[in-house]
Amino acid sequence: MLQGWIQIAVFCAITVACVPLLGGYMAKVFSGQRVFLTPVLRRPERLIHRLLRVDPERSQSWKGYAGSLVVFSALSWLALYVILRTQTLHPFNPGGFHSGTWDLSFNTASSFVTNTNWQFYGGETTLTDFSQMAGLAVQNFLSAAVGITVVIVLIRGIASRRSGAGADDGLGVFFVDLTRTLLYVLLPLSIVVGLALVSQGVLQTLGGSVDFHTLNGTASSLFRGPVASQEAIKVLGTNGGGFFNVNSAMPLENPNQLSNWIEMFSMLIIPASLPYTYGRMVGSRRQGWAIFSAMAILLVVSVAVVYVAESHGTPAQHLAGLTGGNMEGKEQRYGIANSSLFTALTTVMSCGAVNSALESLTGIGGLVPMANLSYSETVFGGVGAGLYTMLLYVLLAVFIGGLMVGRTPEYLGKKIEAREIKLVSLAVIFTPLIVLVFTALALSTKYGAPSIFNPGPQGFSETLYAYLSQANNNGSAWAGYTGYVQPTAGNLGASGISFADLMGGFAMLLGRFVPIVLVLAIAGTLVRKRVTPVGLGTLRTDTPTFVGMNVFVVVLIGALTFFPALLLGPVVQGLTDHLF
Amino acid sequence: MRKTLVSSVLALVFFTVLLGLAYPLAMTGVSQVLFPDRANGSQITLDGKVVGSSLLAQDFSGPRARQDFQPRPSATGYTPSATYFANQGPNQKATKAFYERQIARYLKREGPFNPGLTAAGIPIDAVTYSASGVDPLISKDNAEIQAVRVAQARGLPPARVRQLIEDHTSGRFLGLVGEAGVNVTELNLALDSEAR
Repeated sequence: MLQGWIQIAVFCAITVACVPLLGGYMAKVFSGQRVFLTPVLRRPERLIHRLLRVDPERSQSWKGYAGSLVVFSALSWLALYVILRTQTLHPFNPGGFHSGTWDLSFNTASSFVTNTNWQFYGGETTLTDFSQMAGLAVQNFLSAAVGITVVIVLIRGIASRRSGAGADDGLGVFFVDLTRTLLYVLLPLSIVVGLALVSQGVLQTLGGSVDFHTLNGTASSLFRGPVASQEAIKVLGTNGGGFFNVNSAMPLENPNQLSNWIEMFSMLIIPASLPYTYGRMVGSRRQGWAIFSAMAILLVVSVAVVYVAESHGTPAQHLAGLTGGNMEGKEQRYGIANSSLFTALTTVMSCGAVNSALESLTGIGGLVPMANLSYSETVFGGVGAGLYTMLLYVLLAVFIGGLMVGRTPEYLGKKIEAREIKLVSLAVIFTPLIVLVFTALALSTKYGAPSIFNPGPQGFSETLYAYLSQANNNGSAWAGYTGYVQPTAGNLGASGISFADLMGGFAMLLGRFVPIVLVLAIAGTLVRKRVTPVGLGTLRTDTPTFVGMNVFVVVLIGALTFFPALLLGPVVQGLTDHLF
Repeated sequence: MRKTLVSSVLALVFFTVLLGLAYPLAMTGVSQVLFPDRANGSQITLDGKVVGSSLLAQDFSGPRARQDFQPRPSATGYTPSATYFANQGPNQKATKAFYERQIARYLKREGPFNPGLTAAGIPIDAVTYSASGVDPLISKDNAEIQAVRVAQARGLPPARVRQLIEDHTSGRFLGLVGEAGVNVTELNLALDSEAR
């Protein structure tokens, strides 16, 4: 086990060392300063502005920004839905796949536009290469970029030093920010990571499947596709929708010990760097590190718990007389340490890529991903989404802390008043509400039953996890839960489970866009707030005490909301040797 | 509103062409030039015919089962073209029954060559489903137990088999990262070429 702890520590140290590099770079990019890519990209960027008919000088108010974002996302959704429903017309369809059913396509389109990447579909058995490249991978980029633009706007709102009634309420131009994010951050990183993954053995070809006979004469087929280009943005954009059904457990998607680290690092690096970017943009690196620390504490705790739990095996293993850790649903090349680390990372970060079967985790090991999801993406979270949700919790912590010590709640010189707290509360409570209501509906009606695979508390956990994951735009799954029945490959004779597909789809759309609009509204009220100078009465937000307060608020809200539900599933399984 | 709609449509078309076609096609081109073997699935060929991929386990049951190293159990029949998780829960009766069947199978196969082997002595990877169903690696302990049977069945000196295990171990990166394991597909292929 010691070796595993050393690996985890080294991995975290490497990441922390890289945070100022990427975080500083992004701060420059989003404040419009010169970076090393500027000479190459400045002209193409201007050309794109002209092509898209946007004026970079005409800054949008929060309403204008939100309008552009929502319209663009709605169109993206429509385009993806159409792509998924017209597969027979596609070029790059070596497998001859048919289109998905309407309900499955609704779920998948919602899944990718919301940066969730929940997989009811099986990539290699249902999707053409064209759907994967021009449909899913494009949304991997765009939804990630949308998340980043939202947090940049919130940061601008907090950092602005304009005030007064007549002050300019511009927060930036949506299409300009989107283009910047794609050109300067996501695309260059994807090219580097993609090529690194191919060098380790990840597929990148349009050649289609290769049929062969194995050494003992069995007929088999090697499924191939443009995997690495999609894999890179899948992890960098904390998307998580795998080219293959088993995602990053598939050797052709994650071939070896090193590629696994490349993927974990790529998942973590943008969400981990954004708090640093934030610190730079509001003019106080300490504020950035304070938020980073609160996130890091919760991540380290969850890695530790899941690793210890998985090292002890499951009741089914013990009762069968087996010894050793829980290797069920895990790959030998990652072992228990790297599977545990991956699991903790992917669930705090709202990535949803998996390199092991989450459903086969031990009871307590399975509690960790669920608890992570119940924090609503605050712990690093999805690219952009993580930091903006955490900032909501920071505002809440400022408010609660301010009231506790009898000071006017203010954050970085801006008073937090009734309107902000109403919006924050609404945003914070909205996603958990969807999760609990939808889970209750799925469990108390007969419509949820066809999706459940395992009996007993495991079946309860599958359902709860499905809505936790979809409403929080995570996308990892207790994969026994299904929304699609597929008798043969290629979508022939397939049928969707409409209830699960539709409920999941709506959970993802609501859980994504309602908080985004609320966050933009908060940015809109903050941008014009008068700045009060720091004084003796100011509650400091860059101290260890405040970090503790912040962690406490996150855990309190997450735990109090979901504790009863968690008791019924993973906690029961973790505390008993009883078999169901 | 109309202006937003126009910009949105243009943005979507432009970025679909850039990120959905130009980027993956360029990546494919570059990968095919720089890493042709790996980008195409690390295929293994024997006498000019593809027989598998060095990254994937394959089915070694059937007539050769006694003389081959056996990969980890697979819920999918070792297919690389329709993967899914086995989703066995930690507290399920069905899961325990599955382990009991796997243990009986393993003991029946390896027990005669490893006297004193019991359920508690079986490496855990040998009786649990892998995640992908095509995990090419098994643990070193698992390989060493199977080595006795393979050496006898193939009439090879045990030392030679142990050497081949060593040669086909995929180690930790830089001695630190990940977990080591023995590549069953490559190992069985090497044993075959030993016999020729």
